[in-house]
Amino acid sequence: MTRWSEEQVDTIIGLLLRWGVILSVTVVMAGGTWYLLRYGAAQPAYHVFRSEGHEGHPQALIQFGLLLLIATPIARVVFSIFAFAAQKDWAYVAITSAVLSILLYSLASAAI
Amino acid sequence: MTSIEFTGLIFLISGVAGFLGALTGLGGGVVITPALTLLFGVDIRYAIGATLVSVIATSSGAASAYVREGFSNIRVGMFLEMATTPGALLGAFLASKTPTHALAIIFGTVLLFSAFLSTRHREDEWGTGGPDRLATKLKMNSTYPTPAGRVPYTVQRVKTGFALMFGAGVISGLLGIGSGALKVIAMDQAMRLPFKVSTTTSNFMIGVTAAASAGIYLHRGYIDPVLAMPVMLGVLTGSVAGARLLAGAENRVLRLVFGIVVAVLAIEMIYSGFTGRI
Repeated sequence: MTRWSEEQVDTIIGLLLRWGVILSVTVVMAGGTWYLLRYGAAQPAYHVFRSEGHEGHPQALIQFGLLLLIATPIARVVFSIFAFAAQKDWAYVAITSAVLSILLYSLASAAI
Repeated sequence: MTSIEFTGLIFLISGVAGFLGALTGLGGGVVITPALTLLFGVDIRYAIGATLVSVIATSSGAASAYVREGFSNIRVGMFLEMATTPGALLGAFLASKTPTHALAIIFGTVLLFSAFLSTRHREDEWGTGGPDRLATKLKMNSTYPTPAGRVPYTVQRVKTGFALMFGAGVISGLLGIGSGALKVIAMDQAMRLPFKVSTTTSNFMIGVTAAASAGIYLHRGYIDPVLAMPVMLGVLTGSVAGARLLAGAENRVLRLVFGIVVAVLAIEMIYSGFTGRI
């Protein structure tokens, strides 16, 4: 693996974040438009909290977009692990991996 | 009100929040929950879920711009993330155990505190003492770019910063906000980082911290896709517009106005929490 300069690492991280947000926004907008086209005349009822959530395909598409959004900072952390490893900075590989494990634990609890 | 009208209104309000947040540097997410709960009667759990989503969006968007300027200190950020992310997990867990009116009171109190912080005068000394041994061992001391070239700075009181960051993480997970103000304070005042380094590093940290509580929020059903959608899109649109206008804006007056608006909302939230309206 080639040695990246700090600047190159920063640039890649910047691109990762930007495109993660753009992709997520696109999917959320698509899902949102679909939802409104189908359910736009319905009455929202957000004063009552129901933990099981609302079912439906447009909602699932929006949810997928939201997952992409949550994945964006996680992808950034994963990339940082590789960048630190390429610089042979093992202390920070360990530190960043610890952070990643917490993020993955959180995501895993959502999947269960 | 139909869903499409509701969505449109939420989008507009979120846009205003994001716009003001970007102009004042305070983050728009912080007024979304009061607006949703006080104006629309939305359950506070849905509100904090939607806000958290918008926080991840704006943080990642902003960080993508700042990271290339070379101000943020990734090592300090990553190290402190070891404190904020467990804090965020704890905060999200506590949120599920806290009755909604208590959440409202806590939210209002934190909001009031943030409003107070936003009007305080900033001091600009940094890196004057000797570096923290832990900072040197973990290669945190760095440089930041100025027109005259890169200026070195040292990082101090790493352990204090770590403890403060855990607290910031708990608040972020509990209330669905970014806690950017708290993070900047910890890095700026406790760890003596130069201001621009604190703000840019905090920016990237906010997204990672929020992602840590997001999984738990999803699991508990706090993030409703149909509500989160206009909030996320609105706040993003507003903050992009606000960031564009940042160059010519008269910030001091805006900060004061925003601070007052936030304070009023905060008091309303605390009151509503006590009267059981939320």
